[in-house]
Amino acid sequence: MENERSFLEYLRDFSETSSPLDFVLIYDNLGKFFEGALVTLQLTFLALFIGGLIAIPLAIARAYRKPGLNQVIWGYTYAFRGTPLLVQTYLLYFGLGQFEAVRTSFLWDPILSDPWWCVLIAFTLNTAAYTTEFLRGAIETTPKGEIEAAKACGMSPLTRMRLVELPSAFRRALPAYSNEVIFTLHGSVIASTVTLQDLLGVGRWLNGRYYLAYEGFVTAMLFYMAIVFLISLGFKYAERRYLGHLQPREVDPSERAPIAA
Amino acid sequence: MSLKTKLLATVLSATSLFAGGTAMADTLRMGVEGAYAPFSKKEADGTLSGFDIDIALALCAELNRECELVEQEWDGMIPALIANKYDAIVASMSITEDRKKKVDFTEKYYFTPSRFIAKEGTEIELTQEGTKGVKIGVLRGTTLQCHVEKMYPDADIKLYNTQEDVFADLVAGRLDLQLNNTLQAIDGFLNTPQGEGFAFLGEDVDDIECMGEGTGIAVRKGDPLAEELSAAIKAIRANGTYDEINDKYFDIDIYGK
Repeated sequence: MENERSFLEYLRDFSETSSPLDFVLIYDNLGKFFEGALVTLQLTFLALFIGGLIAIPLAIARAYRKPGLNQVIWGYTYAFRGTPLLVQTYLLYFGLGQFEAVRTSFLWDPILSDPWWCVLIAFTLNTAAYTTEFLRGAIETTPKGEIEAAKACGMSPLTRMRLVELPSAFRRALPAYSNEVIFTLHGSVIASTVTLQDLLGVGRWLNGRYYLAYEGFVTAMLFYMAIVFLISLGFKYAERRYLGHLQPREVDPSERAPIAA
Repeated sequence: MSLKTKLLATVLSATSLFAGGTAMADTLRMGVEGAYAPFSKKEADGTLSGFDIDIALALCAELNRECELVEQEWDGMIPALIANKYDAIVASMSITEDRKKKVDFTEKYYFTPSRFIAKEGTEIELTQEGTKGVKIGVLRGTTLQCHVEKMYPDADIKLYNTQEDVFADLVAGRLDLQLNNTLQAIDGFLNTPQGEGFAFLGEDVDDIECMGEGTGIAVRKGDPLAEELSAAIKAIRANGTYDEINDKYFDIDIYGK
């Protein structure tokens, strides 16, 4: 206790005399930032999870050029990749709310009236569109040899997809997917524009409450950086684990075959 | 001359050209909003109009200075002033103790109360108990945020970037209550087709600590502009310019006592 008080006193002193930022306010509201981080992480990873599940069948349909379906899915991914996430969220949140028919429908009360659901739906559709396209690319570039080997083993098309093509595609899509995860996290700041108290929302709340310019943003920024750092670390591990066979191998010089003289 | 220095020279001459155009010594840059009718709003052609805008222009004229209106979203208003994006804020900003820690204010240029709005027939008791879980919407970074967070801590308080968004969500039914300036609420919402079926709830809010002592013009700390502008407000009050602008927008004198 004694320690904490002297730390706070030091913080107050530092904030008042030499720092352009008010660290006491940040310290006092750290709990709120952690709550905000929870909202951010919840939205980001739920959207990624559901979006990922949607993307797998869509990507297969696209890769195999299923007539009709292929064009419809292309239209969907084109629309969602071709427009800003902010516009999609606004359309869902403010746009749909304009219509009496939507406001009286069964979807309004539990789902569309709630900013959390609106944002989750927008994020999910957005990330599903991107994931569909690069997963399709990964499926299309499956080495012919792998497919021929699977056929030679007598696998049915479904088993081949399950045991050979998809696992192989997931591995190839891993580096691209790490970008998608980080972009989705960055995009999640849009939640704060429709009243949600995500990380940026808490930062803006702090700035608004105490008429500050930087404190809220700087704190939110540090939280985002920490989260991105952890995500990158996770992907680094996953890439080493699942793409290890593609990495340049270090060879012990003593094991090198002697150069033919 | 290498390509790099050539480029640099071009950029420099271009910026100095711009600087020459705008930074005349006697230009007064006024920070204004644009989504707070009838105090400030945007016309269809993109120009700004409203009570705050007219007052800003009248004050420039009174001080004999060129006026430049700089538009800024509400929650960045004070930070942008401190960052020297403009010299004064004429945007219906209430004079409060918290804000005085960051900026200096002129004397007030108007004073109007604030009041809650809800759907007609709504029965909500304006107490901490009565507002438990009630969804209240206010503009972010306002005296109203201070007031509702202090008085109704158990309510579900939602913060918005513009007052227009607050009204949109009130109409959509995402909010039970909203709180703002009564004059703005009447002209910007209740008297518009959007505001049909909505009415005031409760009495005028009485909370000097949060709501302040009137609406003033904010300038950077220590800027002598505060006194000049205070004098200019007195002058336009005296010479009838203020009344002329007042009557253009309101039936009553909003200067208050």
